Amino acid sequence: MAAKYLKKENLVSWLQTLAKERLTLVPRREGDAVVFRPFAPGQDIPLDQQATTPPKAAVFPQCEPLLAFKYAKDPENPGKVGVQVKEKLGDTPSVVVGCRPCDARGFLTFDRVYDSDRASDLNYLTRRRNTLFATLACDEPASTCFCNWVGSGPADAEGSDILMVPVEGGFVLEPVTEAGEKLMEQAPLEDAGDKAALAEAVKENAAKALGEAPDLSQAREKLLSLFDNMDFWEGVSAKCISCGACTYLCPTCYCFNITDEQSGAEGVRLRTWDNCMSYLFTMEASGHNPRPTKAHRLKNRVGHKFSYYPDIHDGHIACCGCGRCIKSCPSSVDIRQIVLQAIAASAASE
Amino acid sequence: MELLDQLKEKIKERLPELDVVIGWEQGFDPLHATPLFMRTEEDVDRLVFSPLCVHNLASHLTGLKGKKVGIVVKGCDSRSVVELLQEKLLVREDVTVFGLPCTGVVSLKKIKHALGGLDKVASAEFNGNELKVSAAGAARVLPLNEIAADKCGRCQYHNALLSDVFVGAPVEAAAEDNYADVEAFQAKSPQEQAAYWRDAMQRCLRCYACRNACPMCVCRDHCVAQSREPHWMTQQDTVQEKWFFQMIHALHLAGRCTECGECERACPVGIPLLLLKRKINKEIKELFDYQAGTKIDATPPLLSFKVEEENINERGW
Ligand code: SF4
Ligand code: SF4
Ligand code: SF4
Ligand code: SF4
Repeated sequence: MAAKYLKKENLVSWLQTLAKERLTLVPRREGDAVVFRPFAPGQDIPLDQQATTPPKAAVFPQCEPLLAFKYAKDPENPGKVGVQVKEKLGDTPSVVVGCRPCDARGFLTFDRVYDSDRASDLNYLTRRRNTLFATLACDEPASTCFCNWVGSGPADAEGSDILMVPVEGGFVLEPVTEAGEKLMEQAPLEDAGDKAALAEAVKENAAKALGEAPDLSQAREKLLSLFDNMDFWEGVSAKCISCGACTYLCPTCYCFNITDEQSGAEGVRLRTWDNCMSYLFTMEASGHNPRPTKAHRLKNRVGHKFSYYPDIHDGHIACCGCGRCIKSCPSSVDIRQIVLQAIAASAASE
Repeated sequence: MELLDQLKEKIKERLPELDVVIGWEQGFDPLHATPLFMRTEEDVDRLVFSPLCVHNLASHLTGLKGKKVGIVVKGCDSRSVVELLQEKLLVREDVTVFGLPCTGVVSLKKIKHALGGLDKVASAEFNGNELKVSAAGAARVLPLNEIAADKCGRCQYHNALLSDVFVGAPVEAAAEDNYADVEAFQAKSPQEQAAYWRDAMQRCLRCYACRNACPMCVCRDHCVAQSREPHWMTQQDTVQEKWFFQMIHALHLAGRCTECGECERACPVGIPLLLLKRKINKEIKELFDYQAGTKIDATPPLLSFKVEEENINERGW
């Protein structure tokens, strides 16, 4: 299928059709935030800027029950207690419409971890395979955007099923995957005609607006060489308040906690988001904590994304450049600046 | 001499005897300031002070225990320092306070509403009582009183209440605070109030930025919300659980909260948390005639005991 044109006024009717078969998640304004929620007719769909939260929860919920368990006495032998376990899997077919290229690309970082030769995470994979992305290309990047630093761009279609390029009056839809093409067949589309050229211009302008990206190829080694330089990390983390805002808004942060929440003889095993900025994240049963200060923890957040992860994943940087951790940080900690400072600092000490 | 230059000079004078002085510098875009930790004279040269200096830097004090710390405070921020001292959570000799007069800071949320977003701000400049911004190709002039933080509109303490060094001319004005916002909210039916909070808390991420940004939340790493041993709270993401945590925060701050509004400012999904804290403070004021962090030698009500409380009719029911 070639690129097609969807008039703005036809977007809702397409969403309505999609919502009959899939859980259809779209941006919605709630208070001062824009978050992804199930499509509901009559509601405003703010597409003019990046949502406050990424659509991470569509595939990796903030909290999900992995299994339910129940202890029961064996009627034959009351001294023996057995446990029944029932696994839970989320497999609702879903589609996210109106996320940004960085948002969809975030899951590529997840995939390498939860779908590898060494491990495959069934709960993640089931949702992942059931979730499609109709991504909106960016026409005008924000001051916090830096997708071009990490090998991407405002019209990057990798990780998406459809790319929607905003043009005057509507969107030019480009199918990326077969599944995306199927979704497009359900839309009231028109031939793209001269809109296709407009879409190309939008893409070019957005790429230009981002400017030149600095060379981050040194980051991997340089960050590693700073590992024991706690002065450096204490300096860059001084203003950090060690909360979880940056990681929970990050499309690529994939860490979790597991707790058994039991009441009486039954309970559930929950998987919930967890994050490396939290003191308890690395607290060991012995009472030893290898990351006792916020400097150790911020070192991990930056190091993991720009050094340790790329090191074992073919150079793939575990940051999609969405900029949320910068704009939503209560202290305006800027991860770009830390990476650049790391590159410069170790260059100076060499 | 300009206020900022005087301040820089005073900080430079005291710097040799201090490990660090906390102030603000320009952040990642023209509208964002960011905390600055000054250790050298060159660092001091980066210092800024304007209505963009929204952060209450006192939140960093308890994390710097054992160090000699200088801190730049606005009127409201100074209340947090006072309250921390009252509760003996700080050692007076370890803290050097650089106090400022303050005519108000901005609410970035209000600017966001006015501009339709903060993503593309190219320049921002204060001119008397106006902020001139250009964003996404358009220039706008915003009157300061329209974009000031709510707390500034009812501020009774524009000048730092405690300072080792006070810089600038004190501001004369002082507003009243009659908790009109709390009254207005309470005029809604209980059902409406519950629905309002259900909606708001639904998007809570349990990120605890509200807690960690709070100058008076000193448990942080050992907070009941996350402790694993004992496992006080479930990790579920239900509204009930999230609300439970906000109630814990509000009650642990009863009579301690200085209404700096950092909890609300820090929340990445814009939950209006200050309203909860103000509700409790209103009660504290009525019951104990007490406002946290305003009198350095007062004992916070929940740290004291009186057999007969003036405003609590113990056996009157
Ligand atoms: S970098 Fe910012 S958002 Fe992240 S933990 Fe530190 S203060 Fe919180
Ligand atoms: S680290 Fe920051 S910029 Fe990178 S993907 Fe995460 S939130 Fe976005
Ligand atoms: S509860 Fe909120 S307003 Fe009160 S002291 Fe803490 S951060 Fe400030
Ligand atoms: S800062 Fe906001 S999102 Fe984070 S825990 Fe507090 S209320 Fe929830």
